[in-house]
Amino acid sequence: MNRSRTPQSLLSQWLHDRLPADQWDWLQQTLVTCAKSNTDRELYIALGMAPRKLGKADLALSDAELSDAQAAYAGWTPSDWSIDGAARLLVLLMLAEQNQADFDTTLRSLCATADVSESIVYYRGMALFPHSAELDEQLGEGLRTNMSAVFEAIAHNNPYPQEHFDDHRWNHMILKALFVDSRLYPIQGLDQRANPELAQILCHYAHERWAANRPVTPELWRCVGPHATPIMLADLQRASQSKDPLEHQGAMLALSQCPLPEATKYITAFPDTAEAIANGTLTWDALTYRLNSTTQ
Amino acid sequence: MMFIDPHAHMISRTTDDYQAMAASGVVAVIEPSFWIGQPRTFVGSYIDYLSSIIGFERFRAGQFGIRHYCTVGLNSKEANNQALAEGVMEILPRFALKEGVVAIGEIGYDEQTDLEDKYFRLQLELAKELDLPVMIHTPHRDKKRGTTRSMDVCEEHGMDPSKIIVDHNNEETVQEVLDRGYWAAFSIYPSTKMGNERMVEILAQYGADRIMVDSACDWGISEPLGVAKTAKLALQRGIPKEHVIKVCYQNALDAYGQSGQMHEDDWLNPAPIDQRTVYEGNSILRGGRDPLVEDATAAPPNKLNADKLIIK
Repeated sequence: MNRSRTPQSLLSQWLHDRLPADQWDWLQQTLVTCAKSNTDRELYIALGMAPRKLGKADLALSDAELSDAQAAYAGWTPSDWSIDGAARLLVLLMLAEQNQADFDTTLRSLCATADVSESIVYYRGMALFPHSAELDEQLGEGLRTNMSAVFEAIAHNNPYPQEHFDDHRWNHMILKALFVDSRLYPIQGLDQRANPELAQILCHYAHERWAANRPVTPELWRCVGPHATPIMLADLQRASQSKDPLEHQGAMLALSQCPLPEATKYITAFPDTAEAIANGTLTWDALTYRLNSTTQ
Repeated sequence: MMFIDPHAHMISRTTDDYQAMAASGVVAVIEPSFWIGQPRTFVGSYIDYLSSIIGFERFRAGQFGIRHYCTVGLNSKEANNQALAEGVMEILPRFALKEGVVAIGEIGYDEQTDLEDKYFRLQLELAKELDLPVMIHTPHRDKKRGTTRSMDVCEEHGMDPSKIIVDHNNEETVQEVLDRGYWAAFSIYPSTKMGNERMVEILAQYGADRIMVDSACDWGISEPLGVAKTAKLALQRGIPKEHVIKVCYQNALDAYGQSGQMHEDDWLNPAPIDQRTVYEGNSILRGGRDPLVEDATAAPPNKLNADKLIIK
């Protein structure tokens, strides 16, 4: 199978397959108008009109289309994208291709006055634009949002952070996800980008939660296990003794990933859980599933 | 009963107010862009203000199960700063097509100066170009003549009265506004614009067609429960229930729904994707979750005086 298509051509194909002829014609006309225009006015109107003209239905991609997306850009996961969002992104990708230097300025200005759905589209699509220091700065701005949906547009199912964030920004994104009650598992590169500094920050955060008698999400320990120091082992042990089964399981999974020899002794204290980890019935994926089914 | 407050400056209100409004039955609010109490001096302040009401304020409202819409426009006071006004006119098209923008407004006259007149007219033309309804702020001073003039100018520009909401009416203006085919909105704002006992008298006299009630709550001493309290008082005093539903819910939806940006489904059947974004769902409508507060009378804090029904 030839899967050498670009994100731009895929978006265009998906929209072509889904839009009625008159809406598709409007989109083609709009792309031509925006490409020819010397001012931003046409662009603002095109982006503003997209949901009005095309509707906001789910794009609802098939499995085959989703794997095309992955082949076109590793990590690209448009599984819950919408029609209007795809159209907006198509317009922007065309402009980026036309003139990258101007595009950075244009996108920053669009982000500055975006409504919530626009922000979500721009940040979700950020990895697909030509990378630049300008866009990177915009991503930093986006991370400071108070709107969880906008934060998750950056953090979740997005290849950008894994590829481009330095450890400092990465670590603060993880910590913020915990603060705003976002899940960690949809963050791409969660295991690969774990680091000793992050493990330390998360253990301090767990202590704050414990001091305030607040629960600690089991997902937190996933980033601690592989980099735990002997002092952090004590935290893992404490969490492994939790009466909350999910917290217990999270801590046990983290212990099983800890290279320190003492970790073994804490694992063997709970033979049933140890067995479930050893035979593969308890994994981070399985725990995530249980976590979602108990709290959603 | 479900309510819409079609004129509420929520950017100036607290989360207690949102909580009390949700508990009283408010499912949607419309936030007109307006004067923030002191003059803005740069167009940049305007850009950030408009960005707030299309962004963060909508998110804030959604956390309480309230749908948030807004109108964008240059208000009449600031139309008198020509440099600012020119800048705002340039950026308005950029905001007028954002999600949930249901009208150009609130626009109109304050002191009825030449500059106010100029930018009122330019904004009417913009509304016409983008096919959006208009929310008109009628002046506090020289109100009767200012209201008449606002409608004269609309007609001079070929506007359709059925897409124009004339706000802040009183006993002196309502007859003409209705006779000329416009929507007549009333702001239940303590001490100045309209009290709710007077409002009930107006409903008794004029019926419910093309009339709507709002709170216009803002940074001043005002009442975020204005719509809910007026509805309750009207029912107590014998206004038919179907009239109360029209003036406290349906007419606002019909008038501003003409923008294509406001649908009953937004709060009755929100798409799952919306619940993941800015809208948490209304516990009163949706069951299944603990209610935010039991009812308006139990809503914290007590200073909102949900029991004290009369707004003078």
